Parts: sequence; structure tokens; C-alpha cells
Amino acid sequence: MGGAIARLIAQRIALGVLLLFAVSVLIFAGTQILPGDVAQSILGQSATPEAVANLREELGLNRPAVVRYFDWLGGILTGDLGRSLSNNRDIATAIGQRLGNTLFLAGVAAAVSVPLAIILGLIAVRYRNRWPDKMISAVTLASISLPEFFIGYLLIYLIAVQLGWFPSVSTVYDSMGFWERLSAVALPAATLTLVVLAHMMRMTRAAILNVMQSAYIETAELKGLSQFDIIRRHAFPNAVAPIVNVVMLNLAYLVVGVVVVEVIFVYPGMGQYLVDHVSKRDVPVVQACGLVFAAVYISLNIVADVVAIVSNPRLRHPK
Amino acid sequence: MANSLLDIRDLRIEATVYPPGEPPHDIVIVEGVSLTLEKGKVLGLIGESGAGKSTIGLSAMGYGRGGVRITGGEIFLNGRDIRKGGVAGLRKLRGREVCYVAQSAAAAFNPAHRLIDQVVEAAIEHGTANRAEARKRAVALFAKLGLPDPANFGNRYPHQVSGGQLQRAMTAMALCSKPDLIVFDEPTTALDVTTQIDVLAAIKEAIRDTGVAALYITHDLAVVAQVSDHIMVLRHGRQVEYGSADQIINAPRQDYTRALVSVRSIAHEEKAPSSTPLLSVRGVTASYGGALQVLKNVSVDIHKGQTLAVVGESGSGKSTLARVITGLLPPSEGTITFDGRPLPRRLAERSKDDLRQLQMIYQMADVAMNPRQTVRTIIGRPLEFYFGLRGEGRDRRIAELLDEIEMGKGFIDRYPAELSGGQKQRVCIARALAAKPKLIICDEVTSALDPLVADGILKLLLNLQAIEGAAYLFITHDLATVRAIADSIAVMYRGEVVRYGPKSQVLSPPFDAYTDLLLSSVPEMEIGWLEKAIAGRRMASAGN
Repeated sequence: MGGAIARLIAQRIALGVLLLFAVSVLIFAGTQILPGDVAQSILGQSATPEAVANLREELGLNRPAVVRYFDWLGGILTGDLGRSLSNNRDIATAIGQRLGNTLFLAGVAAAVSVPLAIILGLIAVRYRNRWPDKMISAVTLASISLPEFFIGYLLIYLIAVQLGWFPSVSTVYDSMGFWERLSAVALPAATLTLVVLAHMMRMTRAAILNVMQSAYIETAELKGLSQFDIIRRHAFPNAVAPIVNVVMLNLAYLVVGVVVVEVIFVYPGMGQYLVDHVSKRDVPVVQACGLVFAAVYISLNIVADVVAIVSNPRLRHPK
Repeated sequence: MANSLLDIRDLRIEATVYPPGEPPHDIVIVEGVSLTLEKGKVLGLIGESGAGKSTIGLSAMGYGRGGVRITGGEIFLNGRDIRKGGVAGLRKLRGREVCYVAQSAAAAFNPAHRLIDQVVEAAIEHGTANRAEARKRAVALFAKLGLPDPANFGNRYPHQVSGGQLQRAMTAMALCSKPDLIVFDEPTTALDVTTQIDVLAAIKEAIRDTGVAALYITHDLAVVAQVSDHIMVLRHGRQVEYGSADQIINAPRQDYTRALVSVRSIAHEEKAPSSTPLLSVRGVTASYGGALQVLKNVSVDIHKGQTLAVVGESGSGKSTLARVITGLLPPSEGTITFDGRPLPRRLAERSKDDLRQLQMIYQMADVAMNPRQTVRTIIGRPLEFYFGLRGEGRDRRIAELLDEIEMGKGFIDRYPAELSGGQKQRVCIARALAAKPKLIICDEVTSALDPLVADGILKLLLNLQAIEGAAYLFITHDLATVRAIADSIAVMYRGEVVRYGPKSQVLSPPFDAYTDLLLSSVPEMEIGWLEKAIAGRRMASAGN
């Protein structure tokens, strides 16, 4: 440990913050060049030009873009994401609730899929090119090849309709207990697990197989260790960095890319929230969602970088 | 056989090869090898690369690297045929009855774990000791093998200790399980010569004190003569000669063994330096960007048609000197004069003729050639580039060059993969000669080659020098090579030239401390040399 590693980590975090600012500029610019006009879309096709002009003035849309950007940014930095144009509710409150739901669903999916993917990867390496490896590859590849809405409806049909184990609509509300909530998200979480499993499992397999070529694996083999001990003790620690990278990408997907699954299961998460407000041209909400997604994405990647740094003994224990 | 620890009979080992454009087929790697090893004795296995010595060593552990399979014969260890015990039987025996010490300990240790955990792992795994006992044993072994601060040495990670220390730690790792047999696979080959002697002495002492038996694999007969009771000479997977160390070294029966024993006995009379040097390096200092000076105030001369050998250990700056002379690394201070005029510091500032006059030959002939080009393209390229030769004229010149490197024009359409190691290096030499240079920089050109092949290359280089009159800057860590080829010598140590002059002068006493250490570390083809050298060193340090 020591100063070198702390400096590296601080550097990553600083870069992450810088990147987030850059993303905020892109998001703001992106929403500005979108066709259409918020005032127009709020008031509908039949509005008079005067009414539109008045609303534009009221919403501050006539000020220069740069001024509005810094206004927006200043609000974000003080925790104020603004108000929704379509229903005038506070965005921060609405997002807080939605994000909580999305993170819960993502958390459940991750808690199942990450350990499962890694264990399946280890098994695939242990029985490389034999039937367990081929079966794991075939099943996970099949599940990644099917579109998520197909898997979702398949699960609804089999588990919710035929077996009746879990509800097909994932309604959640505040007074729900943990286990009730868990039962509600079981099917969307299973769908997400099937979608992200293959990628992580295959990366685990490839990363470990790559390490298995090293001379120190031969050393371990010549010590008389069992195949599984060799993989677990000697190969896995050296394959952590690439595995964590792909795990983090998939976790980010679980937060950022769940729109379809949320819509299928009518789950009140970020994805649905975003889609609703895109169709209403509610620019402040879209901007806020974009920024939250970017923040999640960047921070998960920072975590991956930090794990890679910390898992490297050369950095952890300098000469 | 009743008392023998290891008894291998009529061993046959095969591997499946996948040559491009041909169906995969099996080849025999080892055939008809039989050997016995008594408890506490050391058998040296010696041969060139591809002789099957590592394969035989690993077969004593029932292990085949890559697609290698043991397909015939019997391997008795402690009276049991290990081929009949199945995978579980092998696992019980590996790391317990027989342990392995690899050539590159740096690669053989897992970078993710502390040394101590790796050293005690096999003993704990096989239940021959609990963690506390195994740790105590490991610390005692660290002390015996002369590792610094034995109590805490094991807490370090592999990247935190030197190559020589790692090799000792690997020996400790093998000894920690108290095995009956250790397979040493070229344990000192990757080390500097001054480190090799200490590691060799530590290994020999550990073998003697613990009474473990050993298979000692190396390509260096002088090294194996120091540690072995018996020696087996191998070639192309077959046994050439098998006898006591004394008989093999002093009275070899086979021609091939005789050739190995007398290797590197090239006699080269040094030439007197001329009045004006061809290349003059004056006060050169260089670094790779950082504050560390890799070269410090280096001054050497090379005379027309002569050889300057630059000798030193890894990290002494000898290859950096080559980079400075070729212009790849502009020096921060100092000048280089070539043929009476100053040479621009940077490669980009040099003229095409400057480039032509200075050619290089590299250590790894393999990677110095484009694998997708034929010999014709490889040698023809400088002919086109510098002399504009094309078509028939170019082919005629290529044929001449192939004759000069004693290969003949039959090789003209071969790819590098279709050549042996020595032939590849010859093609690289021809490519350098094609430019008709006045100076050729040879960077460890024989280090990756087997001794007999290396000898051939050195003889060729000397012949070519006599014909073409090119000067050589010969970079090497091997003093036997220096003796064979040099007219003058520069000994480098930590970026400085510590000794420089004509060969006869540099290699005669009185020596400076470093040159003395270097010279006294080179193994000699003489049984008992190691003890004498170590004793000499102890006396010297006691005298100081």
C-alpha cells in the first residue's frame, strides 16, 4: 500500500469527475439540438403563437444556451435537478424513488448473476472442451441471443401463468416488505440475469484460460494440486482485473439498459420514467436521467479501475 | 534396482504436431532412454535444445508439457511404476516425492501471492507438515540457501526480489516438501554469470545436506560437471553416452560428447590497433528519459576490420551503447566519430550511406526477420534499398551471400520457420553483409544458440571479417565468446567502462575487482572447479 496507489486512485476519481462534466455538456447540447419545441409540445398543435411565446418566456427558453447550461449545472451541484415541464413535479424526488427501484432490481439481478457467471466460468475452465463446458457455453449463448422481451414473455408464460410462482406484473409500492418486493422483481431479475450471464461467464472463462498458459500454473500442477485448487488459488487472482471490468460493464447495463424489461413487467424504474418523458419532450427530466445514467456508468468503471489497481501486487507492494 | 530411487526403462515419449498445410501427426521426441538414480545422487542430463532433456526430466513426474505424451516404457519411483497410478496417483507424488525447479523462477512464481505461501503450499497440501512447521522449515531453508533476512524474506512478493534470489527461493520451495527427488530444469541458465556461481554453490550444498537426489538438466557441460555424479548426454531424444561425470568430462567415448567437451576452443590472435579508429565513441552519457544515467561517460574505439567485445551483465548498459551508436537513442552528452567525421546523434539526421555503413545483428534471429518473407526477400531488401539491385543481378548477389554464410542457394525460397536456429542467425548475418557495412553491431548473437551451433556462427563471423574486412562491435555476457572473437575488450558495469584495452591486456592480471569476479565466475570444464572458485572467493574476501 502507500502513496503511489492512493495517488493512482485519486487520479482515476478526478478523471471520472472531469468526464462527468464533459458528459453534462454533451447531454445539454444534445437536448438543445433535438427537433421540436418544449412549449409547443406542452401546449399542443392548436396553441396560438402568442401562448407558445409566453410559455417560452416563462420557462426561460429564450435565454442563451450557455447561460441556461450554467444555470442547470449550478442547480445540479446544489442538488436541484429542476422541475418537470410536463407535470411540474420536483425531478430530484421523482428520480430518487425511481432510481431506488432500479437499483433494487439491478442489485438482485447482480447478486444472482455475478457469482453464477464466475462459478460457471470456473467450471467451464475446469472441464474445458468437455461436455460441461460445451453445455454452459451453449445455454448462455442461447440466452444472450434471444431478445430480452422474448425471454421476459417466456418467463411470464412459464412461471407466472403456468406455474403461478411469481406475479407477472412487478408492482411495487412503499409499504412493501423486503421479501414481498423480492418476489415482485423475481421475473425481471431472472430475465436480466439470463441476458448478462453469458458475457461475464465467457470473459471469466477466457481470462482464466489465458492465465492458465502461465509457467506458474505448471508449477502449481507439479506441486500436485487439484485442478480446481489451481484454478481458484493460482489462476483466478491473476484474472481478476479483466473479469471485474466486464462485470462492471454488465452492472452498468443492469442500471442503464433495463428500459425494455421495465416496460414488459410494468416496473416503476428509471427506464420507464425516461421513456415516458422522452415522448413528452420533457427536456429537464431527460437531461437529469441522462446525467444519472452517466454517473452510474462512470462510477462503476472507476470501481473496475480501482479493483484492477488494487489487485495488482506490483502496485500494492512496490519494490 | 532394489535400492534405486528412480528407474526409467526404455522410455518413449511422443507429441502431436500440427505443421501448417499438413495433416497433424505424431512425432517421437524421446526413444529408448533408460536410466537409474540412487538415493542422494545427482544425474546430469545434457544436450542441445530439442534433445529431449526437459521432457525426460518432467517424465519423472509423469508430466508432459503441451501435447507431449509418455507412450512407452516404465518409470519406477520408489519401486512403483508411476504410469500405473492414474491421475490421482500422480497428484500424490508430485510435490511430495518429486519436486521441480524451473528455468525461469521469475515466471514460475505466481505474482499474486507472497513467496512464503507458495513455498509451503505443497507441504501443506500433501499433509507432510502443518502451516507452522512448514513455515519454520521454509525459513531454515531460506537461511541455508543464503537468502537475506530469512525470517522475513518470504513475506515479499516475487517482483520484489532479484532473479538469483527467486531461483534460490524456488529451490527452497522444492526442498520444503522434503522430497526424495528434485528435477532441476536449467536452474541457472537465465542468471548472470556472477550470480550463477552463487546459486550453483547453494544448490549443491543443499543437495549434499538434505540427501535429496536430483536430475540436473542443462545445456552447459561445464555447469553439470560441477554438480553431477553421473551424466547422460542426449541428442535428438536418444541417449548418446551415459557414464560417471569423471568419465564423460575426462574420457568421453563418443564424438558428439568430445565435441561438447571441447566446445569454444577457438583460438583468435588479436590484431594490433591502427592509428586512426573507424568508430570513436567519446564521453557518451545517455538515459531513457529519467534521471538514471544508463551510460556514464563511455569512451571506446573500434578499429577497421577488428572486433571490440563489450562484456557485462544484464543492466550494465551494453545494449544501450549499441542503441546510441546506431542513433536509436541520442546521447545527452558526448560525440561519435565514424570514419573520420562526426556522426549525427539522431537516426533521422543520418544519411542513407551512414545507415548502410552501420548494420546490426540481433540476439533473437527469430523475431528479427519477417516470418512471412522468404530468404530471397529478406536478403534482397538491403540490396534493393542501398544499391538499387533488381532481378537477376539481385538474385546473383543473394546467391553469393548465401555461399558466404555456408548455406548455398538452395535456401533462397525458404521461410524463416523452415530454418534451424543457427541457419536463421546466418541469414541475419547475410542480410547485414548485403549492405557492405564497415561496422556490424552484434548484440548477443550467439546467446540463444546451442554451444556447437554458436561455435559455428563465431567461426563464420571470423572468416567473414577476414574476407569482407568489416569491424564488429560484439556485445555479449559470455566471456568464452569474448576470448574467441575479440581484438579489444570493454568491460562494462552499471553504465561505466571499468576496464578497456587490447584483449591480452584486459584478460591478464592485475585485475580490478569486478573483472576478477566476472572472470572467476565462468564455469570451467573441470570437476571440482566450483569448490575451488568459491574457496578462492572466500579467501579473497577474508584477505580484504
